[in-house]
Amino acid sequence: MKNGNRRRNAAVFLICAAVILLAVTASGILLEEAAVETDFAEKNLPPSNRALFGTDWMGRDMFARTLAGLSLSIRIGVLTAVVSGIAALLLGIAAATLGRKVDAVISWCIDLVMGIPHILLVMLVSIACGRGFAGVVAGVALSHWPSLARVIRGEVIQLRQAPYILTADKLGVSRLKIVRRHMLPHIMPQFLIGMVLLFPHAILHEAGVTFLGFGLSSEQPAIGVILSESMGYLTTGKWWLALFPGAALVLVVLLFSVAGEYIRRLADPASAHE
Amino acid sequence: MMLEAKGLTFSYRRGSTPVLRDISLSISSGERVGLKAPSGRGKTTLCRLLAGYDKPQKGRVLLDSRPLREYRGACPVQMIWQHPEMVVDPLLRLGETLREAGEIDKRMLDELHIEDGWLERYPAELSGGELQRFCLARALRPSTKYLLCDEISAMLDLVTQAQIWHFLLEEAERRGMGLLVVSHDDALLKRVCTRIEELPFTTL
Repeated sequence: MKNGNRRRNAAVFLICAAVILLAVTASGILLEEAAVETDFAEKNLPPSNRALFGTDWMGRDMFARTLAGLSLSIRIGVLTAVVSGIAALLLGIAAATLGRKVDAVISWCIDLVMGIPHILLVMLVSIACGRGFAGVVAGVALSHWPSLARVIRGEVIQLRQAPYILTADKLGVSRLKIVRRHMLPHIMPQFLIGMVLLFPHAILHEAGVTFLGFGLSSEQPAIGVILSESMGYLTTGKWWLALFPGAALVLVVLLFSVAGEYIRRLADPASAHE
Repeated sequence: MMLEAKGLTFSYRRGSTPVLRDISLSISSGERVGLKAPSGRGKTTLCRLLAGYDKPQKGRVLLDSRPLREYRGACPVQMIWQHPEMVVDPLLRLGETLREAGEIDKRMLDELHIEDGWLERYPAELSGGELQRFCLARALRPSTKYLLCDEISAMLDLVTQAQIWHFLLEEAERRGMGLLVVSHDDALLKRVCTRIEELPFTTL
């Protein structure tokens, strides 16, 4: 019984994590208006029953702002991880299957992008794309694909020499069918885990670049904007402005990161007997 | 029909000593050629070259005077590997693997004693002998003209060995199919083959 429990625990954790993340995303969307509503009679309130996370210098409810910010971060994280993941999948397979020249070009691009610090590249792309939502998504998506692409390239190179793939080819099974039936199912676990583990990176970089002023505009209740604005008020003792949004961001990132580890445990055949 | 290897030279790494040097061999339709050599002399490598899995550094493999690589679709030269578990996708049920290149004659499944239930199982759920029979059924497509058998019965019990060879000889006879039989077992080669060669080639 003990053997089965770790996998069952992993599945239960994944379901809980998915429910929490969906609830945060949905409530954030519903609270978007409340997050920008000002009430100057209720400004600078510390956390209490009336305002769970307190209010800021314009009387905006920090609970609503934190949830709206997290929701925005999760949506950007999911979008960028999916775009990065698909780019990595296509480029990884192309590098491994389309000959030496294509491989050399794609590998060079991977080295180039990996050689530039992520945050710097995100900033540059974001500025080039006019900042805002589109800028951040483009920046994060364009800077996060190389590591996953390299993993997929390695997997496909190894797979294409597998005797069962060579045999299928000799038996006249079409290339497309071989990729669909024999290659994709084998690289899917690595791909999905890689994509889930991209979320925390994407969210942190989105918050980071927004905090530095190169990302989302200051009207949007993003975590980066909230943290950046709270810097001016921390010295006056308003600790709640940074603590709750910051801690919530760390929790969401941890949730994604641990979920990725658990998915690896579920998908990896070698861990089946753990 | 004639399968010919002309002056094959092959090494696994560039610049290293070749595993095979200037090897020539021809097998005509219906002929059953035995191939013997001590371990590590390139028997499996020769099979891989003849089936087109690898490309020789020098020399050519011709089928009816036409390079084997020019044949499209299912290759007329099929190879049965020593380890059947390596040539079936571990993530697919055997029925799916069997049918992916086209339907298989029911008669063949019956003659190889392949039970219907096996086709619903995954490769890890069958024994080596059961998998080897499955691989034979898959390789014997109507288009197969030559079968390269690389120690296909080395790890099987005598009853299964007898079943497999009995079926294979009958099938080769019926179709006029050429066989290359690789084995360390002299008795088997003498019983099965019309001609025995030893690497490097000297006709016995």
